[in-house]
Amino acid sequence: MVSAVFHSPLEAAPAARSGDKTKARDAGPAPSSAAHKDMMTNPPTTPAAVQPPAPVVAARAPWDASALWLAVLPPLLGLGLLALVWELVFMGTGGSIPSPRDTFAQAVQIFSDPFYSKGPNDQGVGWNVLSSLKRVAMGFGMAAVVGIPVGFMIGRFSFLSRMFNPLISLLRPVSPLAWLPIGLLVFKGANPAAIWTIFICSIWPMIINTAVGVQRVPQDYMNVARVLNLSEWKIVTKILFPAVLPYMLTGVRLAVGTAWLVIVAAEMLTGGVGIGFWVWDEWNNLNVKNIIIAIFVIGIVGLVLEFALIKLATAFTFEEVKN
Amino acid sequence: MTSLTTKYIEIQGVEQTFKTRKGPFRALQNINLTVARGEFVALIGHSGCGKSTLLNLIAGLTTPTEGSLLCANREIAGPGPERAVVFQNHSLLPWLTCFENVYLAVERVFSETETKAQLKARTDAALAMVGLSAAAQKRPGEISGGMKQRVGIARALSMEPKVLLLDEPFGALDALTRAKLQDELLQIVATTQSTVVMVTHDVDEAVLLSDRIVMMTNGPSATIGEVLKVELPRPRSRVALAEDIRYLGYRKAVIDFLYTRQGHVEKAA
Repeated sequence: MVSAVFHSPLEAAPAARSGDKTKARDAGPAPSSAAHKDMMTNPPTTPAAVQPPAPVVAARAPWDASALWLAVLPPLLGLGLLALVWELVFMGTGGSIPSPRDTFAQAVQIFSDPFYSKGPNDQGVGWNVLSSLKRVAMGFGMAAVVGIPVGFMIGRFSFLSRMFNPLISLLRPVSPLAWLPIGLLVFKGANPAAIWTIFICSIWPMIINTAVGVQRVPQDYMNVARVLNLSEWKIVTKILFPAVLPYMLTGVRLAVGTAWLVIVAAEMLTGGVGIGFWVWDEWNNLNVKNIIIAIFVIGIVGLVLEFALIKLATAFTFEEVKN
Repeated sequence: MTSLTTKYIEIQGVEQTFKTRKGPFRALQNINLTVARGEFVALIGHSGCGKSTLLNLIAGLTTPTEGSLLCANREIAGPGPERAVVFQNHSLLPWLTCFENVYLAVERVFSETETKAQLKARTDAALAMVGLSAAAQKRPGEISGGMKQRVGIARALSMEPKVLLLDEPFGALDALTRAKLQDELLQIVATTQSTVVMVTHDVDEAVLLSDRIVMMTNGPSATIGEVLKVELPRPRSRVALAEDIRYLGYRKAVIDFLYTRQGHVEKAA
């Protein structure tokens, strides 16, 4: 998951910086600063930065229908294609997979009362999603509390890095569900075991990304710290933490994504209340419409989590670091 | 005068060897140099001649393999705010405003003896000295390269260092901005009476700014080739000096050293 760092908005960082420098030497500042600015506003990898050109276009032509069209049409076509394939599958399987229309009607009915509770095994979809999110939040929160400081230590001290790297390499590829029996054994309960599984799967990206972030803090900043003779506390709060924050948030984003993937599987095995359990329960009831609805709910919640964390990460990524 | 004023920085028999995969690499050898209090010394030489290595040694960022470095009769054991460094790439922290970048330095040096209001006043004064009061609340990403370098200078000067160390401070700037900042630096140094050691590869910059130019031979095993005393009266004006015979003479001497006597090694390397 070290490679995952490269998927972050920071991707362009080293390349842009070195390119900028060589240009400054060769051609003077005017073209270099233009290139610099261009990269600043249009890094190809950040979704947030792709947005600024749109208002500019809109300002020039108050009602530019084609731009709007291009923004709305392709996603609609994509969804339409999904509905079409789904309809074909419905017809091809002779109705064992429900049609989009029936599923939609069922969804409307389910979401008209998402928070009912008729005993522990029959609760509204809202409760199921919320209890899944609660487990993810707890497992993930504990992973952050442990993983981020550990990442800092590993990044700061190469001895610790060498000490823990073999362990991390060994444990990280293990499927999170393989940890579930250990959790059940140690914690003697389904709920803590599920939280434990989330904890163990979301801790690795946070440790690794934080450690890589600390190792990549530019030497210049550390030289500033040495010349100013800053205290270790000031170094951590004023230099290390802000410099590492974007990397850390990438780790957090990956961790939340993995956690949300894993919780569904974990809940299928442990039972109780939760979206994963709900899917399994509806399978036992052979209520395929609800399974499909659950798939959409899981997808949408994952999308919202991801989007929120990307927004958070861009808010804390400063221009110099971005470039 | 006491020896302290004439030998404010004292470098004796310094040698610097780096361990590399191909074995030890001797970057500097037999460096002997003294800098007087209030003197402006430029280190000039081809790239790779170890002038930045020497500056890092004075800054205390690295320790010499052999020899000793003294500043105000004390051994230089590590980096410290009394020897402020202005780095080539400004090295401002991008998440802090210009004010906060300077304040970080001011706070470190003066927070034990002064009130918050005094610290803020010092920061404002440092930014005013480089003409950046208006940009105090901007982040480094929002200002030009020249302005960033000025904040770097303000940060260094705000600590009231005994010695100001400049590592090619204007190397990444365009010619016009560079000239403007050189003029500003001349004024600031005249006002503050700072002791300055500056690394540069710009002959005009060296002659215009310094009292002495230390010319270094090519590496590896670089050493001081020649020291040129620049006895031009201060205040110096760029425009007036452009046609000054003495100025042209100094310029010629440095160019002669760099390109005639030390030029051939570059080809071999």
